[in-house]
Order: sequence, then C-alpha cells, then structure tokens
Amino acid sequence: MHPAYSVILFTTATGAGYGLLALLGLMALAGMAPPGLWPGLFGLGLALVLITGGLLSSAGHLGRPERAWRAFSQWRSSWLSREGISAVATFVPAGLFGLGWLLTGRAEGWVALAGALAALGAVVTVCCTAMIYASLTPIAQWRSRFTLPGYLLYAAMSGLTLLNALLAASGDGGSVLAGAAAALTLAGWAWKRASWRHDDTAGLPATVNSATGLPGGRVLSIEWPHSEENYLLKEMGYRVARKHRDRLRLIAQFLGFLAPAVLLVLAALTPAGAVTVGASLLAALCQLAGLLVERWLFFAEARHTVMLYYGR
Amino acid sequence: MTCFPASTDKSLGLVIDLDTCVGCQACVTSCKEWNTGGHMAPLTDVKPYGGGVDGVWFNRVHTFEHITQEGGRTVHFPRSCLHCAEPACVTVCPTGASYKRASDGIVLVDEEKCIGCKLCSWACPYGAREFDVEIGVMKKCTLCVDRIYNEHIPPEDRVPACVSACPTGARHFGDLGDPASPISRLVEERGGVPLMPELGYEPTNRYLPPRARSERAPTVAAAPLEDAAPEGGFLGWVDRMLSR
Amino acid sequence: MITGKVRGANAAPTQQPLHVSRAPAEGDGVETSCPVGDSVAKTTCYMCACRCGIEVHLRDGQIRYINGNKDHPVNRGVLCGKGSAGIMQHYSPGRLRKPLLRTGPRGSGQFREIEWEEALSIAADRLSRIRSTDPKRLAFFTGRDQSQSLTGWWASKFGTPNFAAHGGFCSVNMATAGLYTVGGAFWEFGEPDWDRAKYFLLFGVAEDHDSNPIKIGLGKLKGRGGKFVSINPCRTGYNAIADEWIAIRPGTDGLFVLALIHELLRAGRVDIDYLARFTNAPVLVVKAPGEADDGLFLRDAEGSPLAWDRLRARAVPLDDPELAPALTGAFTVEGRACVPVFQLLAERYLDASHGPEAVAERCGVPAEVIRRIAAELAHVAFDEAIELPVPWTDLQGRRHETMRGRPVAMHAMRGISAHSNGFQTCRAIHLLQVLLGTVDVPGGWRFKPPFPKPPPPGPKPAGKDGGRPDTPLAGMPLGFVHAPEDLLVDGEGNPVRIDKAYSWEAPLASHGMMHMVIRNAWAGDPYPIDTLMMYMANMAWNSSMNTDETMTMLTDTDEEGNYRIPYIIYADAYASETVAYADLVLPDTTYLERHDCISLLDRPISHADGPGDAIRHPVVPPDRDVRPFQSVLIELGARLGLPGFVNEDGGATYRDYADYIVNHERTPGIGPLAGWRGEDGEAIGRGAPNPSQLERYIAHGGFWHHTLDADQRFYKMANRAYLDFAQQMGFVPKVEPVVFQLYSEPLQRFRLAARGHGAVQPPESERARIEAHMDPLPFWYPPFEQTLVDDREFPLAAITQRPMHMYHSWGSQNAWLRQITSQNRLFVHRDLAAELGLVDDDWVWIESVNGQVKGQIRLVDGVERNTVWTWNAIGKRRGAWGLKDDAGESNRGFLLNHAIGDLLPPDVAGKRYSNSDPVTGQAAWFDLRVRLRRCAPAEFGFTQPAFERLPLPPSIPPAPQTLSFGAQFRKAFGR
Ligand SMILES: Nc1nc2c(c(=O)[nH]1)N[C@H]1C(S)=C(S)[C@@H](COP(=O)(O)OP(=O)(O)OC[C@H]3O[C@@H](n4cnc5c(=O)[nH]c(N)nc54)[C@H](O)[C@@H]3O)O[C@H]1N2
Ligand SMILES: Nc1nc2c(c(=O)[nH]1)N[C@H]1C(S)=C(S)[C@@H](COP(=O)(O)OP(=O)(O)OC[C@H]3O[C@@H](n4cnc5c(=O)[nH]c(N)nc54)[C@H](O)[C@@H]3O)O[C@H]1N2
Ligand code: SF4
Ligand code: SF4
Ligand code: SF4
Ligand code: SF4
Ligand code: SF4
Ligand SMILES: [Mo]
Repeated sequence: MHPAYSVILFTTATGAGYGLLALLGLMALAGMAPPGLWPGLFGLGLALVLITGGLLSSAGHLGRPERAWRAFSQWRSSWLSREGISAVATFVPAGLFGLGWLLTGRAEGWVALAGALAALGAVVTVCCTAMIYASLTPIAQWRSRFTLPGYLLYAAMSGLTLLNALLAASGDGGSVLAGAAAALTLAGWAWKRASWRHDDTAGLPATVNSATGLPGGRVLSIEWPHSEENYLLKEMGYRVARKHRDRLRLIAQFLGFLAPAVLLVLAALTPAGAVTVGASLLAALCQLAGLLVERWLFFAEARHTVMLYYGR
Repeated sequence: MTCFPASTDKSLGLVIDLDTCVGCQACVTSCKEWNTGGHMAPLTDVKPYGGGVDGVWFNRVHTFEHITQEGGRTVHFPRSCLHCAEPACVTVCPTGASYKRASDGIVLVDEEKCIGCKLCSWACPYGAREFDVEIGVMKKCTLCVDRIYNEHIPPEDRVPACVSACPTGARHFGDLGDPASPISRLVEERGGVPLMPELGYEPTNRYLPPRARSERAPTVAAAPLEDAAPEGGFLGWVDRMLSR
Repeated sequence: MITGKVRGANAAPTQQPLHVSRAPAEGDGVETSCPVGDSVAKTTCYMCACRCGIEVHLRDGQIRYINGNKDHPVNRGVLCGKGSAGIMQHYSPGRLRKPLLRTGPRGSGQFREIEWEEALSIAADRLSRIRSTDPKRLAFFTGRDQSQSLTGWWASKFGTPNFAAHGGFCSVNMATAGLYTVGGAFWEFGEPDWDRAKYFLLFGVAEDHDSNPIKIGLGKLKGRGGKFVSINPCRTGYNAIADEWIAIRPGTDGLFVLALIHELLRAGRVDIDYLARFTNAPVLVVKAPGEADDGLFLRDAEGSPLAWDRLRARAVPLDDPELAPALTGAFTVEGRACVPVFQLLAERYLDASHGPEAVAERCGVPAEVIRRIAAELAHVAFDEAIELPVPWTDLQGRRHETMRGRPVAMHAMRGISAHSNGFQTCRAIHLLQVLLGTVDVPGGWRFKPPFPKPPPPGPKPAGKDGGRPDTPLAGMPLGFVHAPEDLLVDGEGNPVRIDKAYSWEAPLASHGMMHMVIRNAWAGDPYPIDTLMMYMANMAWNSSMNTDETMTMLTDTDEEGNYRIPYIIYADAYASETVAYADLVLPDTTYLERHDCISLLDRPISHADGPGDAIRHPVVPPDRDVRPFQSVLIELGARLGLPGFVNEDGGATYRDYADYIVNHERTPGIGPLAGWRGEDGEAIGRGAPNPSQLERYIAHGGFWHHTLDADQRFYKMANRAYLDFAQQMGFVPKVEPVVFQLYSEPLQRFRLAARGHGAVQPPESERARIEAHMDPLPFWYPPFEQTLVDDREFPLAAITQRPMHMYHSWGSQNAWLRQITSQNRLFVHRDLAAELGLVDDDWVWIESVNGQVKGQIRLVDGVERNTVWTWNAIGKRRGAWGLKDDAGESNRGFLLNHAIGDLLPPDVAGKRYSNSDPVTGQAAWFDLRVRLRRCAPAEFGFTQPAFERLPLPPSIPPAPQTLSFGAQFRKAFGR
C-alpha cells in the first residue's frame, strides 16, 4: 500500500497522543497524577496537540476535507466513522480533565473521573484506528491478530516514553516510570518482530487463480490494461525493495525500540540529573522517529489482493 | 446508512465470457465515453497528452497467460465492479457515500457525500474503485444506472454501455438474483464462477471460464485420411468419381 | 418492456434490457433518466477502415456519446475500442487548424499559417506548370482514405500515371491473388459464412479491416460450438480464443497449406463436381516445351478455353453445357499435346515434397497435426455438408433444388500478405478452399458484391506512354495486367511509373507501390519528379520501411542545394510526423466534419447477402479553418481546368465533394452511390442523379443496403439470378460465369516472355526472377530476406501486430486510447529469453541488416519460439501529434520500422530489389530477420533512435494538463 505521509503521521501522532492522554487519565484515576500542575498540564497539552495534529493531518489525506464532518455518520458499520466520533467525543472528557486540572489545580474527584473517561476514549479511539486496518480483508498484513494489540501497545509505549520524558524533564520522573517505559518498549519490539514474522508469510488472502477464476496452473500477467501507473498501482501497488525493507526494519527497530530501551534503562539506572533527563528526552524523540519508520513499513509492506491482477 | 441491505429485490450484474473475449477494449472505451458524461461525470484524465497519463476508468481489460498441464492459453480479462452482495467497500465508508441499492443491488457512490478518504478502494479486493484526483472523490462502475432505466433511451438500448458495444457478445447483463432469469441460466450452463469467493464479498458478477479445449473443440470425429485408391492412385479415383 | 424484434448483434436474452426497465423507487436521488443529447446524427465511423454505422449524440453542439447503429449491416450496433473513443479523436489537440507554408528548412517543422486562397493558388500554379510540361512529374499517393475512385480519377484527368493508394504496402498480395484466382478476395471482398461455418481457419490476422464483423462472427461461431483454428505465430486477440493455435513460423504458411492439399488429394477428399463445374480444372493446357504457347490454354477459334469431353472424346469449350469433363489424363488435340489443369495440379501436389513430413520441420507444424487438420477439414466439408432448401438456377439454366454447403470457412490477411511469397501463398489458400468446394457456398467463404468478377478483372492500367502534357490518361492509372504487353514499361523494359509498379520487378502491382515512391523520387530512378502530393499517409514515420533513411531522403539536397524531391504537398488532419516534411500543408477535417463516400466503385460496405454503400456527412461544423481534402481536390481540378471538373463554360462542375457524390456519373447512370438513384430516388445501382440522394442516405442512417433474394446469395460465380442482378447494377460487364483460375494463364504468359517469347520480354537480368515466381500454380519459396540474410547472424523473425484499440499512428493522440497503450513492448518467448539470458523488463537492441532499434521486452509463452513481435506504430516522434515531450510514445515506445528495409540486401548479381513480393510488389514487412542484444544497464529506460523534437505547428494550443470531458454535460443537465 502507498505509504501516505499524512496517514503515517496521523496514526503515529494520535497513537502517542492517545497513549499519553490515557496514561495521564489513568494516573489521575489512580490518584497518581503528576504532582506539579504544570508537568501534568503540559503532558495533557502535548497529548492534545499530538492528537489534534494527527487528526488534522489525516484530513490532508482526504480528497474533500471540507466535507470531513460527514465522516461521523456511519458509526454503525464503519470503523473510520467510529474512530472519528470517538476521537471527537474524547475531546470532551479530555478538555474537562485539562480544564478541571487547571482550575482546581488538582487531578482529583470529578477531574480524575474526566481523566478516566478521556483514557477510555483514547483506548477506544486507538482501537477504532487499528480496526480501520484490521478489518480490511484484502490485506492480510493488516487483517491479522497482530494489528489491534499492536496499535494499543505502540500507543501505550510511545505515550509512556513521552510521559517519562516529560516528567523527567520536570524533575518528577523516576526509575519505575523509566523502567516501565523500557519494559513496554521491549514488549513492543517483541510484538513488532512477531508481526513481521507473521506478515512475511501471510501472503495474500486469495490467489491469482481465484482472482481470475482460472483454476490450476500458473496465471501470469502479460499486459496491464494501461501502460502507465494508474490509481490502483499508485495506491495499492506500492512495492518496497527487499534490501530497502531490511534496512528500514533495522532502522525502525533501532530507533523505535532498541535505542529507546537502552536509553530508558540508562535513565532508570542513573540517579535523577542531566543524564536521566537527556536519556529520557532522547528516548522519546528516538521512539517517535522509529515509529514513523515502523508505520511507513506498515503501509509499504502491506499487499493488496488487487495486485494479483497486475502480477506485482 | 452504509450498512448494506440484507437482501435486494434484484441482483443486477454482468456476466463476462472469458471464452470469447478477444481483449478489444470496446467495453473499456464505451464505458469511459458513456460515463464521462453520465452520472459520475467527468471521468477525469490527468496529463492526458503527456508522460504519466492517468485517468478514471470503470472497466479495464487485463491480459494473462494461463499455463497448465494442458498447455498455455492467453486470456483477456475485463475487470469492473462486481456489485457484491457483501460489499465491504460499503461498510467501511464513513460518510454513507458508498451504498448498495436495495432495489437492484447496484453499488454506487454518492459523490456529494464522498470525502475522498479512499478507504472503500482499500476494502475492495477487486480494484473496482478509482479515485478522481481532480474532484477528490471516489468513482466506480454504476452498472450504467443512468442507461438501464433511462426513459430518453429507446427501450431496447437500455443496457450497460459495455454490453451493447462488445463486438464478440462476451458481455451479458441481467438479474443474477433470479435463478430463472436468462443470465442465471447462462451462468448455470457454462459453470460461471465468482471471483475470490474465499473473501466472502459474494460478488454478483460471474465469469464464464474458457471452455476446456477438448470439450470446446467440437468433436471433429474425423477419421485419418486414407489413400484414395490403393490401385490406380488418386487420379484413378478421380476418373471413377467423374464416371459416376 | 420491449415489444417487437430485438435488433442488433447483441440480442441474446442475456443482452437485453430488464423486463421492466422503469427505474425502481430507490429514493437515493440518482437521476436515472437524463436525456443523452439534444440530437442524434447517424453517420459512418472512420477510426479505421471497417466503416461501422454510428449514432453520434450531440448536446449543445458537442459530442456527448457515440454508439453503434443496430441497423447497420457492418457492425449491427456494436463498436470497437477505437470507435467508442471517437470523441477524443475528434477533439484531439493535435488537429491542424489552418493551411501551412514551410518557413524553415524542410523537416524542421517551421511553418507560417496562410489563407486557403494562397494555399490553393500555390498548389494550382505549380500543378498547372507540371501538367502543361510533363504531368508524370506529379506523383500523387494517398493512404487509407476511402476515396480512391475520386483521387484516381483526378490523377487520370491530370494525366499522371504516378498515382496509387496505400494498397501496395498493405495487402495487394491478398487482393491480387484473390482477384486473379477466384475473382474476389479476402481483402474486404469476401467474408466467412459466419452463420453456418462449422470449421474456421484464420491465417495471419490480428484485427483486419473487417474488425467488427470478424468479432461478431467469432462470437457466433464459438457460440455454436464450431471449431476455430488459428494459424499465427502469435497467440493474441482473436487467436487467443481459437480452439487450436498453430504457431507457424513466419513466411511458411504456403508449406502448411500445400501439405494440407497434398493430404486431401492423396485421400481423394476434394470436391470433384465443384472443380468440374466452377473452376478451370478441366481446361486443357498445352504441353509444348520451348514453344510460344507452352503452358497456355488450348483455345478454340473464338478464344474460348477448351476441355476434354470424356463422353464425346473430344475437346469442347469449357462453357459447353453438355461438357462431361476429363480432369485427368493426357490428350492430343489437333496435334497438340495437352493435359487438364487438374492433372498438372495433382501431379505437383501429390509429390512427396509436399507431404507433411517434408514440410513439418520448416514450418514448425508437426506432421501429425497437418494430417489431423486435413482430416478434420475433409470431415467437416464432406461428412458434415449442409443443404439449404433454396432452389436456384445456374448460368447454364440448370435448376438446383437445394444449395449444397461445405461448412469450412477461411480468412487470411497480412500475416500472409506482408511476406515476399504472399501472393503465391494466398493463391495456395484459395486453391485449398476451392478443392474443398467452399467458395461462395453455405458455410464457406462468401463473396461480397460487387464481387465476384471474372478473374483477372477488368481494366488494365493506363499511362503506358508516361502521360502527355495537358492530356488525360486513357484510363485509370491502376488496373490489372493480363500479359506482358500490359506492363507499364518502355521499349527498353524500364519502368514508366515512379514506383516501378507494373514493371518487370512487380508485374501485377495492382495497387501501385507507395513504399517505393520516396526512394525512387529521391534517387531520380527512373526519373526525377517535381511534386510529391500525399494524402493521409504518415510516410515519414510508420508507413515507410526504414523510417530513418526516408526522413533523410525527404530532406536531401542536390549539388545546388535544391531538394532532391523539389516540392511536397501533404493533406493531413493532424500534426503527424509527415507534416514536418511538407512544403505546403492542406489541413483536413475530422471524420465527423465532412462528407465521405464509401462507394461500390471503391471499397464499399457490402455484405455477402447484398451490396451496400454509405456516406459520412458533417455532424459537427469545423471549429478551425480546415477543409475536406476531397473538396479541395475538386476545387484544384477546377482551377486546373481538368476535364470532368469543369463545364464547357469553364466553370466548376462540382461545388464540392457532396455535389460530386450526388452528381458525378462514372458511366451513364452509375455514380459514387448506388442507393436512391433516379430523379425520384426509386432506382438502385443505375439511374439518373438524384438531387436529394444525400438526404435519403441521412434519413436512412447514412447507408444503403440491398438484401439479395435467397436464391441469389450463394454460388454467385454461376448463379443466374445473381449475375443478372450484378450486370444490371454494373458490377460485371456481362452475364458470364466466373471461372476460378486454379492455374493462372496470365502468370504463364510472363514465364513465356521470360523464356524469350512474345513482343514484350524482360531484360536479361530479370528473366530468371520472372521465370521462378510467375508460376501458374501456387508454390512456396522462402521469403527473400530469409535467403539473403545469414540465419546464424539474424536467427529470429520479427513481426508486428495491430493493437485492436489503435489505428496505426493516429490513435496515439487520443487521450483515452493512449492510456491503454503508450509504450509497446517486444514480446519474447520465455524459452528464447532464457537461452539469450534475458529477463522480463530488460531493454534490448533489436538489430537487423537494416538498422537497430531499442525497446523493452516482455516475456510470453504464446509466441512461436523464434519469433519476436511488437504492437505496430505505438512509438512516436517527439513533439508530433500534440503530445508532450515526456510522452511514453516517444521515450519508451519504439517503432520497429527503423529496423525494416525498403531494399533487400544485394543478390548474387549485386542488385538490390525492393523488399517486396516479386509478383505484386507488396511490401514484405514481415520478412524481417533480427537478433537481440541486451542493453547495458545505462541504456535501459529509453528508446533509440531518437530524433529531433518536432515543434507544434502554429496556433495549435499546447495540450491541457487535465481533461474533464463530460463535466459540461452535467452542468447542461442542471445537476
Ligand atoms: N485496430 C486496428 N485495426 C486495423 C488497423 C489498425 O491499425 N488498427 N489497420 C488496418 C489495416 S491498414 C490493415 S492492412 C489491416 C490488417 O489487419 P491484419 O491482417 O490483422 O494485420 P496485422 O495486425 O499486421 O496482423 C498480422 C497477423 O499476422 C500474423 N503473422 C505474421 N506473419 C505471419 C505468417 O507468416 N503466417 C501467419 N499465419 N501469420 C503471420 C501476425 O502475428 C498478426 O497476428 O487492419 C486494419 N485494421
Ligand atoms: N512495421 C510495420 N509497418 C507497417 C505495417 C505493419 O504491419 N508493420 N503496416 C503497413 C500498413 S498495412 C499500412 S496500411 C500502413 C499505414 O500507415 P499510414 O498510412 O501512415 O497510416 P496512419 O498512421 O494511420 O497515418 C495516416 C495519416 O493520416 C492522417 N489522418 C487521419 N485522419 C485523417 C483525415 O481524416 N484526413 C486526412 N487528410 N488525414 C488523416 C493521420 O494523421 C496520419 O498522418 O502502415 C504500414 N506500416
Ligand atoms: S467489486 Fe469492489 S467496489 Fe464493487 S461492490 Fe464489490 S467490493 Fe464494492
Ligand atoms: S472515498 Fe468516499 S465513498 Fe469511499 S469510503 Fe471514503 S467517503 Fe466513502
Ligand atoms: S456497466 Fe456501465 S459503468 Fe459498469 S463497466 Fe459496464 S459500461 Fe462501465
Ligand atoms: S468488448 Fe467484449 S471482447 Fe472486447 S474486451 Fe470487452 S468483453 Fe472482451
Ligand atoms: S471497427 Fe471500430 S474504428 Fe473501425 S469503423 Fe468500426 S467502430 Fe470505427
Ligand atoms: Mo493496411
């Protein structure tokens, strides 16, 4: 599939944003909201910026963005519609959460409750995003048991790494947080590798024989219906060279998982100070960059059944 | 609502005979010509006279070689919307722009609602949807909904443009939901198949497979040729023929 | 609900509208009943020579939609891929807009626009000077314009013998072989009986002129379960749906066919009665080696050929109604030894050298396949014979209660034609048909009126004297040679015509040799010319052999710096490659803007069931300063004062082409159109001009078609009712039998000349070639290029095929068609590629003795292993056709013609003949031998040779970036 930057940015940014939002909400519910007002609010702000930015970027993918509001209507069948509604709905508790926190100075009581609802919204939204892909039958790499947990896991992971960086920067971090982020990062890594293993063998959910109704033997594409690339080839026919893919996978693993994990462990092991702060910030930046690469591959490596007709 | 109807009054669709399709592209251009001024007008072309030319088409013809133990065969393969009974292109649509008609089963896009998110094209395994980059909306085969019921067209011409143009008569049209309809009987007779049935879209259109060579070649039960007349040879035989 | 008969080709129950075609109440707001347009004009398509009937729907003066006319006898409502893209052809941005006068060097494409008056006076001045001095210095050659009866007549009145249309490079082998053998031809003059054939052989056809009828027919044949056998090195298109594909080696069909004949003769499975009745099989051939009549027919005092009567034991005229012919044996008549044609024929083909085993290897068809096909042919022809319960009467007055049919049909075209042995190969196919008794019988291959005509047909070529100042030719420049005396050669045997047609190098060049004009004019051989006038032929690109050299010849200058071809006038409708080489460009209209006439005098739209003709009429007015070329030619004729074009008072006889179509009479009562003649419009065929004839045609959908009575539809070669009708219509001069010429006496006359007999004899150097190739019985010889080029060096055959959705070069400016193919590949067999170390998508040099061209390959299975092929004429010159510089056509598509030669390599005597059939002069495009060389990776991705970019002619707007054709109709409908 064509790795459109708007969509890559959208899923990565909203993932991290919702992860962060959910963590803040859950912490508030558990009475463990970051102690200072500003770190918390800053975190919430960052989450909302990531979410909003991501959503706006997704609109960049639309042919008619001015009609985007129509996307809320089909919640009964469409995961994209559900995602839109859920994303918008989540802004309500998230806004109350932030507002309450700002006004009351504390994340307790109804504010915490709003936080918890925001967290719920975040989880639901990420699930919907994942399901947009996980429900697409023609793409085996997406319609897999790895997709939904993966999206949740990377959202939680990147959210936590961000939170850790934020709190470390404001001096409120700690080894537990960094350690947890490192652990999630490693879990994410394992999941990614497992997904790739699955994807590499998943192939396509149909064969060129069933696609053409010509049973048995080999069916080879001799001529396309058009000499130049058309929409289908541009959108669904993206191919990433194996060599290129292997290199990108290494980069994604290094930036998205290995380097952040090492940095986070370093942050967990060193006493609070410049090293912890630096390592935590770097881990977050690194991970986001890595996830962008991971997401690029998520699209670029996905194979669509329509390419059976094109012999690609 | 983008949920598709549980059942439709009719299941209109096309049947394409791979045994007679010569790949002439008539269905392709007649479709383009009709539809670029029809319900989904226009079917935009980008860089029409330059490199990288690309345009919106509802019907495209591929050429394959099918190589089996029995030998090789070249197969021309027209591909357009199959007007599925379980069309995920409809359910994924967030706006309701993509819908399946309850009356005749035709799957359409309401351009006024479409936001151009392209999700339906991802959901269609058959590549039947094409995005119009100029207008920013998704387009697809309408089964010539603006021909088959068109009161301004003489009754006998109310068939899809591709069906009426096809010079080999390889394209057929009708109600595949009615087992007694001529088209259903044709499918039955010729063992018409759905494409990618394993994906569960339950396409309405059917493809008639190329007939197996042995069945297809009429049994020319020709006995090997013997020498005309062992003695006297051929010329002697001629004489006898003439003296009859 | 439909009531009444369903019309058209697609009328199966599964191709009809819904039982109730009222829109259901879906409530989704879809407008299901938009008016299509505000008017419909019925005319004739011209995106190829098939001439289908179309209905052009117009909305606010613009074309909304084009569909097939269901009543039209050619296409019966269907259309092809091109015809359905007519809108884009008409609105092409590459259309010429105004007359152009060259300003830069020839070939640079620099012009200035001029007014029509200036253009016409430049042309008229020049032509008038030529006409009053030496009219042959005008060479007038036209492409596939379908107005040859006008253009040829014009040339004749001008007085130049140097006229021809494109047939010489196209399919003259088919036309001539057919016309000299059966009096009709595959080439548009006949068609398989699609409704009754059970077995169908298709030789070397990818698309052909009869595009839609063939497709409709194949659909019918397959629907009935008939067997379709394709003989073709490539398995594409029609051939892809054949029940059996015979991957013949290019140029070897003659071997295959003669081996089938061998088998049928061996088994006595030939239609003896048919041969005796309708052919010259019984005719006695003189056996007198060394004498002047050796091999000629034995004739009586009246000149009638004689046959041996078995019962009366004497020679009697072939047309003797009581004849009981002997087909075999040897006889002596008045002291002369003679044998029946059939005896000669049987002796030749029964020889083991024609046996399946002897040819299998060479033509690539296993002997058992040849034997099986022969057996199948015999079985279907004889054991599955059909009988139509239609009584008919033959020319001898015998009544037959039924029409016996042999349901084996054949069709052949350029795969046979475009080889230097194509004439004789095509004769072999006709021989096969006739032996099986399948010509013009139910289920067989049928004549389309005005054919058959007695072979060889009528008038001989005029212009033997080379043309005299201010004097018309005595007849038409093109015709049919019956004997050496008819050749257009001077006393020394040198060609009279610039293209050397009807010379010893191409005696039966019935269509001229357009592919040689530019070379000969450039070389001044046989003489220099002044002006080359061309119409609708892209000679500086895809219709010349060796394009590169042709372009050079067009711009070459002599010592004084004058162009060797001093002046070039060209009429085209579009900015083709050739436009750049003209000094004066006369811009034509598109097919929807003018009158045209698809005439029985020319290439009509007849059906085997009856004659037909058609018109085009302007359905949209030109939005540019262009004029129909035919009208321009008529005006030039008047300005030059050509007889027939001016009245006694010196005024123009015809206002324009429309006026000519209605009022011109070729012979009294016979004009361009056969329908609605006579003052009241009630006559057909013959009758006074009808002033409202065009209106009648328009009202009738643009065509006229007459359906023959049931008893006239078959056995037209001997059917009294038909031949009476044909005579009334002027198709044949008199009612006489059409006798199939299995043995061709005209050819033997040339052999005799080569042996030193007769008044007109070939020069010494040509004798052996004439002797060898003018064989009166079909035979096979290897195509010239195969014998003159080293097989080890150039081991592969290279051919082209027409893509069904493109018409030669002119389809590429069509925004829709070019999306389908803007780059052609070279198709290579997988096994061959493996042997050569090539993989899919590689770029290769295709090298021949003539040149080389670079293209990208595609591996396939469905091609003869040692043949490579590509789609014809996709490659374009940069800048032509209004295409942008980055267009695939000029960057990645390639033109195989760069590797094809118009001359053969030198023969043993060092002479370079034209790369043509030695009998007809047909260009031998498909004899090409090549080798493939993989390109270095740096050479991947772009074609070569590349030529300097052509600028757009003045005032042609640059092509748009996007095209939203159709959006306007949506607004128009107020949606
Ligand atoms: N769509 C379309 N239609 C056209 C045209 C066009 O450009 N486009 N052009 C028109 C014109 S001008 C013409 S002349 C006709 C020609 O129409 P066709 O006769 O169909 O001409 P080609 O496409 O050249 O096809 C020649 C066929 O012969 C095969 N062939 C080559 N060599 C041999 C051989 O030695 N033996 C056998 N058995 N087969 C061989 C080739 O593989 C190919 O399939 O088409 C007319 N119709
Ligand atoms: N390699 C290879 N070469 C071949 C062949 C092959 O099989 N292989 N086939 C040969 C054969 S059979 C043929 S017939 C030739 C065909 O070759 P051409 O005769 O050159 O045919 P086109 O490319 O169609 O070009 C004809 C010209 O007519 C112009 N034209 C189109 N419409 C109109 C009109 O309405 N009015 C006027 N005045 N001009 C118009 C076009 O713009 C174009 O310049 O190609 C030959 N060349
Ligand atoms: S073919 Fe594709 S676009 Fe058409 S109904 Fe089925 S899924 Fe939808
Ligand atoms: S592109 Fe349009 S029709 Fe397709 S899913 Fe999106 S909104 Fe629906
Ligand atoms: S039914 Fe109509 S829209 Fe669909 S492919 Fe045929 S012509 Fe095109
Ligand atoms: S029009 Fe008919 S024969 Fe031609 S490509 Fe389409 S289905 Fe095949
Ligand atoms: S075959 Fe096609 S292009 Fe040729 S006349 Fe018919 S419709 Fe037109
Ligand atoms: Mo041709």
